[in-house]
Amino acid sequence: MVSVGGAESQVYAVRGITLDVKRGETLCIVGESGCGKSLTALALMRLLPPGTGLKATAINFQGVNLLEASPARLRNIRGRDIGMIFQDPMTSLNPLYTVGEQLIETYLRHRSGKRSEARERAEYLLGKVGINNPAERMLQYPHQLSGGLRQRILIAMALMCGPKLIIADEPTTALDVTIQVQVLVLLRELQRELDLALIFITHDLGIVARFADRVAVMYAGKVVESGAVQDVFRNPQHPYTRGLLKCLPIHQNAGPSQRLVSIPGSVPAPRDLDEGCSFRNRCPVAVDRCSMPVPLFHGAADHQARCIHASFEGAAL
Amino acid sequence: MNSQEPPLLELRDVECTFQLGGQFSRRKRTIHAVRGVNLTVRRGEVLGLVGESGSGKSTLARIVLGLQPPTKGEVYVAGRRLDGFAPRELARIVQPIFQDPYSSLNPKWRVRDILALPLNLHKVGARSEREGRVEETLRRCGLDSQFLNAFPAQLSGGQRQRVAIARALILNPDLVICDEPTSALDVSVQAQILNLLHELRETMGLTFVFISHNLAVVDHMSTRVCVMYLGKLVEQAEAATIFAKPKHPYTSILMNSVLTPEPGLGLPAVNTVAQQSDNSAAGCSFYPRCPQRFEPCATVEPRTSFDRGHGVDCHLYRSSTDRGAAVRQVTSSASR
Repeated sequence: MVSVGGAESQVYAVRGITLDVKRGETLCIVGESGCGKSLTALALMRLLPPGTGLKATAINFQGVNLLEASPARLRNIRGRDIGMIFQDPMTSLNPLYTVGEQLIETYLRHRSGKRSEARERAEYLLGKVGINNPAERMLQYPHQLSGGLRQRILIAMALMCGPKLIIADEPTTALDVTIQVQVLVLLRELQRELDLALIFITHDLGIVARFADRVAVMYAGKVVESGAVQDVFRNPQHPYTRGLLKCLPIHQNAGPSQRLVSIPGSVPAPRDLDEGCSFRNRCPVAVDRCSMPVPLFHGAADHQARCIHASFEGAAL
Repeated sequence: MNSQEPPLLELRDVECTFQLGGQFSRRKRTIHAVRGVNLTVRRGEVLGLVGESGSGKSTLARIVLGLQPPTKGEVYVAGRRLDGFAPRELARIVQPIFQDPYSSLNPKWRVRDILALPLNLHKVGARSEREGRVEETLRRCGLDSQFLNAFPAQLSGGQRQRVAIARALILNPDLVICDEPTSALDVSVQAQILNLLHELRETMGLTFVFISHNLAVVDHMSTRVCVMYLGKLVEQAEAATIFAKPKHPYTSILMNSVLTPEPGLGLPAVNTVAQQSDNSAAGCSFYPRCPQRFEPCATVEPRTSFDRGHGVDCHLYRSSTDRGAAVRQVTSSASR
């Protein structure tokens, strides 16, 4: 449904990303801080902050190329057809308006309905996201609500206009683990019910494994590996993906006496990047050839990796 | 371990309350951040402290660091009452490592000065010796001397956390309070820092209180684990025991909520009742969310019952006589 071709910002924070997500599917974009995952989401929505440039072949959403859409058209698509959930629920709600007012405004802005209809829908959705007595909650201001409640309100807000796609940028990072599971279960239910496409940005491999259908692993502005979650987790091809999976302290591990595998060094700054593999200075299997541009290697299904060592059984290149 | 030696840290019935609402506020509220915590940490242990936000983990850390006097109860460090320590005296025994290395280091100071400050304040050794000690401690924490002249802004998150660790260790403390030391770091860097902490603990003979909301990290690091819920310590046991056989319903829910990176398992079914409510009511504070609640839970506060070092505050695990008494206390009509 959405495909981005070659998104590029001036500092090359994001370079040559191609992604797609289908109706009813969950795509997780996973990576460490600074890898460009949030910028990618903003680029999709044409919401990049001033000072950043975007170069892309196409951003197609339901057959419309968002690159060529007029600002008015974009405003109509955002919020109505594409819902957004951002990481920090406190800063994405207006502290001066009640949450009900904000939910209703979203609806009235995009649908030429009556206020009473908007109110009804808001109450219905707040109930859906597991908020008790929604009518009362709608009269409250954001500061009167806990982080978990605010996050659910943002989810309800993203759903107000019946979107086809939701882009969620770390929506559960600020939440406690128990609430996180509730929010994920809820998103999954709503997705099934409404046949939503979901782009879910996270740094948590646990969420990816348990929640996503497909995953794109980003490193230093590039997608280094992508594919179905099962394929990528069971048969990781890029050394970065392998490193990430290995360095997690896993439950029921042998305890502190067992050292964790770590990836030495840290992510290079965007200005230090060249055309070669950006992971090569931390990579355990790097060779001279890695300083050359690395093509994408394809495996079974849509499993792809940007590493010259990728060895998909029987399907090299 | 010498059993005659007093525990390195002991908390007895520690409570801490905060008043909300200023002088002119009409609505004053009391927040019970820590409620009746009993805790012992022996030398060489790594005590993991887990719980959701607002469970009082960080308040407990601040109390032990002497930054927040407890409202009630007593704290003993190495057998001495905490309020008998001068701040500087305490700083030589107990040191903190905080969550966010971006805000815990002075941005205008060079790494060299950040690390030398504790030595200067405590007048450790001669000037020339201090220099050497700064360099050595930094090296122990995995940074070579080229970083001495750097400002925090020139360092990555992982490097900053290494500087914060070096600062905590430069006075050779016995007890280090790590409050979410890796939560602000990326997973690949987190592993480096956890390995470093483990290594330093072994070589320097440190004792850790390790606070984290990440159960996998606590599981990896701790020898013993305490679970907090709304200011109370609801369960404590050896790490292996508590992760294999959690007793308190809250601990089970917490452990179930952890998303392990195993594809194909799907989301866990987490079973909670109702919404979280305030903690002022009588009875068990977990009662409003507990899937296993029964009669005494709403009105009688559970006491800690111990079974071979595994302590739990839950009516499900009271000895039968205790349990009978509790039920009798609630229901005079004996409807059970």
